[in-house]
Amino acid sequence: MKQMLNVALPKGRLGEKVYDMFEKAGFPCPSIKEDNRRLIFENEDLGLRFFWAKPSDVPIYVERGVADIGVAGKDILLEYLPDVYELLDLNLGKCRMAVAAPKDFRDDPRHTLRVATKFSRIAKNYYDAQGRDIDIIHLNGSIEIAPIIGLSDVIVDIVETGTTLKENNLEVFATVVPISARLIANKAGFKFKNETIEKIVRGIAAQVEMRK
Amino acid sequence: MSTVQNVLQGDERAALALRALYRDHGYTQYKMNKFEEYDLYVRNKDFLISDNVITFTDTSGKLLALKPDVTLSIVKNSGRGGGVEKVYYQENVYRVSGRTHAFREIMQVGLECIGDIDAYCLFEVLTLAAKSLLAISGDAVLDVSHLGIVSAVLDGLGVGDAVRGELLQCIGEKNLHELTAIATANGVTPEGLAALTALVTSYGRPREVLMALLPLIKNTVPQEMLTSFTALLTALEKSPAGDIVRLDFSVVGDIGYYNGIVFKGFVAGVPEGLLSGGEYNGLMRKMGKSENAIGFAVYLDALERLLDNGDDYDVDTVILYDSAADLTLLGEAVETLTKAGKTALARRSVPEKLRYQRLLKFDSKEGKLLEANA
Repeated sequence: MKQMLNVALPKGRLGEKVYDMFEKAGFPCPSIKEDNRRLIFENEDLGLRFFWAKPSDVPIYVERGVADIGVAGKDILLEYLPDVYELLDLNLGKCRMAVAAPKDFRDDPRHTLRVATKFSRIAKNYYDAQGRDIDIIHLNGSIEIAPIIGLSDVIVDIVETGTTLKENNLEVFATVVPISARLIANKAGFKFKNETIEKIVRGIAAQVEMRK
Repeated sequence: MSTVQNVLQGDERAALALRALYRDHGYTQYKMNKFEEYDLYVRNKDFLISDNVITFTDTSGKLLALKPDVTLSIVKNSGRGGGVEKVYYQENVYRVSGRTHAFREIMQVGLECIGDIDAYCLFEVLTLAAKSLLAISGDAVLDVSHLGIVSAVLDGLGVGDAVRGELLQCIGEKNLHELTAIATANGVTPEGLAALTALVTSYGRPREVLMALLPLIKNTVPQEMLTSFTALLTALEKSPAGDIVRLDFSVVGDIGYYNGIVFKGFVAGVPEGLLSGGEYNGLMRKMGKSENAIGFAVYLDALERLLDNGDDYDVDTVILYDSAADLTLLGEAVETLTKAGKTALARRSVPEKLRYQRLLKFDSKEGKLLEANA
């Protein structure tokens, strides 16, 4: 039986763009383009199996080895620190992790800064590096309302266009880290399926270079 | 009848094979207490895989810990015999698993070689690491790196400690894009970047990789280090287990503790490294020891699923009996089957979801076994 290479792709537009890159690199799986609700697709001839996963779960699939490679945002990698290789910056899904607050916000160093975020580790590391005392309020969504209703002073969140911030009278005060999609690999999978993984990396890296 | 071998779980069989392997090479078993003074781990926190330790106060008021690591205890008690001490161990350690964030008991088998470490000691430990992996699976890889080489390349860049740490992390992640960005932002020369790039992208059979790498690092890495490492890798590749050895500089450890050769072992079907080791002379110095040391551990908990999935049936035969059954005759009937090499489960009803090959019924009147469907 042919050894299968398992690829975890993030569901959504980013995942579709990434799949196109695999296809152009010579690793297609035509059934993935069929209009249905299946989540797993195989190209037996090439020994490839793609599956759609919730974007934040991709590093878990890869770290646990059920996916040999996958694509995840740098935000997820920094927050969960999975033990994986980060082989390529795909330069897709570009945005930034930023500190935002109401326009009239002024940081008063005499008080503990209340920070609402989905990304507790990233926020903690950012303020630790500055020696700033903070109180992290972990939220799972609608972070923007936290400073408006007085739950927090600032938020640390992903900013793409800034429209949501603007509509909620918030603005970016600092960039924490730039974010984009990364190709990651399971450390054991990289050893045992090295030739195929290296070919995929070369094929996709060439496309990333072309786009620059 | 079941033999000792087929009663053992996969990880237990692996542990026996590994212990036999180390004994064959003259290593003696090191047995230790389950508890250790907590102070030992506080002083060497960075050496531990996880710094969470289960502690308790013993009857004398001393703060003790359930061992999260074996090497520190062995090192603490080393240096009494002179020469080279070669010991192996099989111990349970208790630490927080990085993935589950909860404490786990992990069975660990490993060895330590402490004292006047020469080239043969290094060769022997690496060979035993490779053989340990092959004792578990034929499809294995032993990645070897040299922190002295990585350190020398980083030293040659003239960057500060923080940047150095970031670059080291990128090397560990094979993260070329961020490494390039950090190096460029910190004024690393093109030659320096070429050497770093080579460290990140090199992977493969040791001599091939080293030959390609040498021109890029020969000006920054001491010649003596390169010569002895090349000789070691050459001998290792020629050894019977040499086929599974790869050179991979992404195997990094804490440079404060590990100083020279470091390595990590993988077997197909297990998603993480299950063998980890290296030269830890830095730890020896921090613990006030003048000897050198190298060792490794095999984490057997990772093997549970790999080695224990072969049984199609829970039991060969189920024997149904009723309350009127003669105990002696029923006992003899069960004995007949187990003597014939079959496993037999005697019960009054068949448990739900039990997987069995054959169902027999003990006829209380006749005092013998009949096919249940007969």
